[in-house]
Amino acid sequence: MAIGADITGPGRPARAWLLPLAGRVEGFVLPVAALLTGFLAFAVFLLFLGKSPVDFYALVYKAGFGTAFSWTNTLSRAAPLLFAALCVAIPARLGLVVIGGEGAIVLGGVMTGGLAAALAGWPALIAMPLLAIMAAVVGGLWIGAVGALRQWRGVNETIASLLMAYIAIALMNHLVEGPLRDPASLNKPSTAPLAETLKVGDLPGWNVHWGLVLGILGCIFAWVLIERTTLGFSARIAGGNVRAAQVQGLPVGKLVIGFTALGGAFAGLAGYFEVSAVHGSANASLASGYGYTGILVAFLARHNPLAIIPVALLLAGFEASSGLVQRRMDLPDATMLVLQGFVFVAILASETFTGRIDLVGWLSKGGRA
Amino acid sequence: MSGEIGLWAVPIAMLGGAIRVSTPFLFVSLGEVITERSGRINLGLEGTLVFGAMAGYALAFMTGSAWIGVLAAAVAGSVFGLVHGLLCSLPKVNDIAIGIALMLLGTGLAFFFGKPFIQPVAPDLPSINLGWWSDLPQVQAALRVNVLFLIGAALALALAWMLRRTRVGLTLRVVGDSSDAARALGIRPARVRILATAFGGALAGIGGAYLSLFYPGSWNEGISSGQGLIAVALVIFARWSPVNCFFAALLFGAAGALGPALQSVGVTSGYYLFYAAPFVLTLVVLIASSSKSGALTGAPRELSITK
Amino acid sequence: MAEFLTRRRFLSTTAGMAGAAALGGLAMPARASGSLTVGFIYVGPRDDYGYNQAHAEAAAVVKAMEGVTVIEEENVAETQDVQQTMESMINFDGATLLFPTSFGYFDPHILKVAPANPDVRFEHCGGLWSEGMPTNTGSYFGYIGMGQYLNGIAAGHATKTKKIGFVAAKPIPQVLLNINSFLLGARSVDPTITCQVIFTGEWSMAVKEAEATNALADAGADVITCHVDGPKVVMETAASRDCFICGYHANQSELAPEKYLTGAEWNWATVYTDMVKKTMAGEPIDNFVRGGLAEGFIKMSPLGPAVSDAARKQFEDTNAKIMAGGYAVISGPMKDNAGNVIAKEGEAFEETDVALESMNYLVEGVIGSTS
Repeated sequence: MAIGADITGPGRPARAWLLPLAGRVEGFVLPVAALLTGFLAFAVFLLFLGKSPVDFYALVYKAGFGTAFSWTNTLSRAAPLLFAALCVAIPARLGLVVIGGEGAIVLGGVMTGGLAAALAGWPALIAMPLLAIMAAVVGGLWIGAVGALRQWRGVNETIASLLMAYIAIALMNHLVEGPLRDPASLNKPSTAPLAETLKVGDLPGWNVHWGLVLGILGCIFAWVLIERTTLGFSARIAGGNVRAAQVQGLPVGKLVIGFTALGGAFAGLAGYFEVSAVHGSANASLASGYGYTGILVAFLARHNPLAIIPVALLLAGFEASSGLVQRRMDLPDATMLVLQGFVFVAILASETFTGRIDLVGWLSKGGRA
Repeated sequence: MSGEIGLWAVPIAMLGGAIRVSTPFLFVSLGEVITERSGRINLGLEGTLVFGAMAGYALAFMTGSAWIGVLAAAVAGSVFGLVHGLLCSLPKVNDIAIGIALMLLGTGLAFFFGKPFIQPVAPDLPSINLGWWSDLPQVQAALRVNVLFLIGAALALALAWMLRRTRVGLTLRVVGDSSDAARALGIRPARVRILATAFGGALAGIGGAYLSLFYPGSWNEGISSGQGLIAVALVIFARWSPVNCFFAALLFGAAGALGPALQSVGVTSGYYLFYAAPFVLTLVVLIASSSKSGALTGAPRELSITK
Repeated sequence: MAEFLTRRRFLSTTAGMAGAAALGGLAMPARASGSLTVGFIYVGPRDDYGYNQAHAEAAAVVKAMEGVTVIEEENVAETQDVQQTMESMINFDGATLLFPTSFGYFDPHILKVAPANPDVRFEHCGGLWSEGMPTNTGSYFGYIGMGQYLNGIAAGHATKTKKIGFVAAKPIPQVLLNINSFLLGARSVDPTITCQVIFTGEWSMAVKEAEATNALADAGADVITCHVDGPKVVMETAASRDCFICGYHANQSELAPEKYLTGAEWNWATVYTDMVKKTMAGEPIDNFVRGGLAEGFIKMSPLGPAVSDAARKQFEDTNAKIMAGGYAVISGPMKDNAGNVIAKEGEAFEETDVALESMNYLVEGVIGSTS
C-alpha cells in the first residue's frame, strides 16, 4: 500500500532531468482533470434530476468566491480543514491511511477548554501558547497511539483510528457533561468559557480568525519537512517499500510513530482554534465532522501539504455555497456531500493514469523540436 | 409487582439487544468476509448500509411491501459493490481509499434522495415470537426474532460450507491468497473480486434495510451509528470465518445494549463511556488479535490491510 | 472587517445585481417595498416529527402571510456553519428577521453575528436573553413543562405497573423540567408512581433511542414519553412493546393512534406570526418572550381513544387551572431524588419562574441521575 509513493511513472528512455518535471506536471494536470471530470459527472446527475448545472455552478461560484462576503465565508470554513487534512496527509507519506482525525480534534478542543479554566489569571503570553501546545500534544498522543499500535502490534491504522474517533467523542461528551462541566452552562453543557484574554481573535480587518494563517503555516512547515529534509525523504522511502527502508537502516518505527503523532498534533490544533476562536468553550459541537472532510481534502491534494491550501479553499467554498443552493434551487443540504463524493471517486480513479501518460516522451520531443 | 425482574433486566436486555442490534453487523460482516476472502477490502460498506436503509425504506413505503424494500436494498448495495469492484480493478487504484470515497458518496446519495422519506411510515419486516414459552414479557420481547436475523444465521453456516466445500469457495480462496496462482489455474482474479465485492455490497444493503425496516424501524439521517464500519473491523476479529462473524455480531449487539440496560437498573453515571463499549471492545479485540509481524492467521494473503 | 460590514448593504446589492445578470432566474427574489424576508435555520431535517418539524410547520404558516418571503436552511451545525448561514441569509437574501431555532446557536454564534448586523433582528428559541446582550437579539420559549405535566396525568391514569418511562437526550434544565413535570403529573393521580429515565446522550440517534425505549419497557415501564429531537423512533418502538405513549414536540398520534394518549406540542405559529406582524408594522419586539398553554405557545394533542373518562376529567380540570395562570408544578415541600430539599413548605415555582430554566435536579420518584 503505497499511497504516498513517488508519483513519477516507469521511466522510458528520456532525458533524466525531465523526469521530475514530468512528475510535477502530471501531479498537477491529473488531479485537475479528475476534478473537472467529477464536476461533469455531477452536472449529469443534476440534469437527470431536472436541475440546471449551469445555475448550480454559478451559485457555487457566487456564494463561495463571488463576493467579499463569500470569501469571508469560505476562508473561515477553511481553517479547520487545513489542520484536519494535515492529519491525513502526513501519515500518508508512510503509506498509512489515518481517518480518525476527528478524535484528535475533539480531544484537542477539550484539552483547551478544560485547561483554560485552570490557567485563569495567567498572562496570555504564556497561557495561550501553552494551551495550543497542550492541545497539539493530546492530539499527537491520540493519533501517535494509532501509529504505535500499527508499528508494535500490526493493528490496521485505518480501522483503529476510526474506532478511536468514536471513543474520543464519547470521552469528550463525558468530560464536558461531567467533570469539566461549567454549572452555568445550562442547556448546552460546556466547559467554563475561556477568559477574554485567552481567546484568539480575528485577522485585522477580516472576519476570519488567526487559525487560517496558522493552518497555512502548518501546511508550509509540513511541506518543507516532507520534501526538503532527510526525515521526509526517509519517510517517502518507507512509504514506498518498508523492507527496503529497513535494509537501508532507516528507523521505520520512529518514523511511523513520529509522523502519525505530528498529524495528530495538527488535528489537536484544529480543536484548539475551534474552542479558542469560535466556540469560546469546549462542548459537543466540537464533533462537527471537520476530521472527515479533512480526509477528502488530503486525498484531493494527493497528500501534498502545499496543495492542501487551495483544495481546502475549494471545499470550504462548496460548503459556503451549500446554503444558497438549498435556498435558491430547492436542493437538499446533502447536495454538497454528493458532489464531494463524485469528486472524491473521480480523483481516486484517476490514480490509475499515474505514469501512464507519456509526458516525458512528449516533453522530450517538445524539447527537441 | 408483575414484570419486576431487578438486576436480571441487564442480561435479558443484553440478550434482546444482541438479537435486535446484531443483524446489521451480521449481514455487513458476512458480505465483507466474502469480499476480503477474494483479496479486497471495502470500507465503503458504511455508505452502502446507509443507502440500503434509505432505498429499502423508500421502496417499502412506495410498494407497501417490506420484502420489496429488502430486495431493493440488496440491488442498490450490489451496485455500490460493483462500482467499488470495477474501480479497484484499475491498476494503481487503492481499495481502502475508494472505500472511503464510496462511504461519502453512499451516505450523500442516501441523504439526498432520502429527504422525502423521513416522515412517512413504511411497513415493518415480520418477526417470529420464539419467547412463547416464557411468562415474562421481557423474555418474550427479547426473543421476538426478526426473520432476517434467522436468515443471517443460516447464511453464516451456508457461507462457511460454501467456502470450505464448493468450487466457488475454492476459487475465492485461491484468488484471495495469490493472484498469480489463480491466473495459473485459469481464473481471472479481477472478475472474481468484482463479483465478491458486489455480493458484499448486496449483503450490506440488506443490513441497512434491517435498520430502517425493522429496528429501529424508520429512516432518518442518524440511522447508522457506524455499524458498517464496525462490521468491517469485526471481520478481522472473526478471522475471516462466517461462523465467527455470527458470534462477533452477537457480542457487539450485546455490548451496544449495555448502556441503556445499566441505566434502567440504576447505574446512571458515565453513560457515555458505557455507550462507547462496542468501540472499545472492538479496539481491544483488534489489538489482541493482531500481531507484530502483521501476518494474521487466516488472513487472505492478497489483502492490503494485512500486507 | 468593519469597513466591509458598513458596506454590506452596498455589496449585497451589487452582488445581487451581478448575480441577476449572470444567473437569470436565480437572482434575489424580487421584493416589493414594505415586504419582509424571514430566515429560519434548523439543526436537523425539517420533517423529523419533532423539534425541527414543529418550527418548520410554523414557518409554513409565516410563508402564507402577505408580503413575507420565507427562506429556510436545514441541518446547519452549531459551529461557524450557523454564523455563516446567518450572514449568507442577510447578505444574499436580504433577510432582516432571523429565527435560528437550535439552542446551541445562541452563544457564541448569534452573539457574535448580531452586533455586526444592527439592522437585522435575531430571535432565538430557548435562550436566556439578559440585559447587556445585543438589543437586536431576543429569546423566546414556551412553558412546555406544563404540557409534560398534562402528559403525566394521562400517563398516571393509564399505567398499570405504576412505572412510567422517559427517554431523554441530555441532562440539561429544559429536559430535567420535562422529566420532573411528567412524573409530578402522574403522581397527582397516584403518588406511588415512579418514572425511569434513560439518557441517550445525543439529540438524534435512532438505535440508542430504540434501545433505551426497550430497556424502559424491560424495566416495567408501560407509558413512555421522550425528549429527543425526533420522537418517531421512541414512539414506534414503545408502541410495538405494547406501551402507551405521550408525544412531544409535535403530534405523533398517527404513528400509533391506539396507543397515543396525548402529547405536548409546540405551537410556534403563534410566536412567529406575532413577531413578523410587529416587525412589518415597525413595532418593537420584547427581548425576552415566554408563553405557555394560555398564550398559545404550546398545545396538547387531542386525547387518544385509550384515555379513560376519569383521566379526561382530571386532564381538562388541570388544563383549565393552568390556563388561569399561576399554576406551580414544583411546590413545597418537595425533595429531589437524592434527598435534598428543592422547595420548602409553602414555596412554589410558578411556570413563569425563570429559576425553573436552570433546573439541575430530578425530583423524588424519578429513577436516574443528572450526571
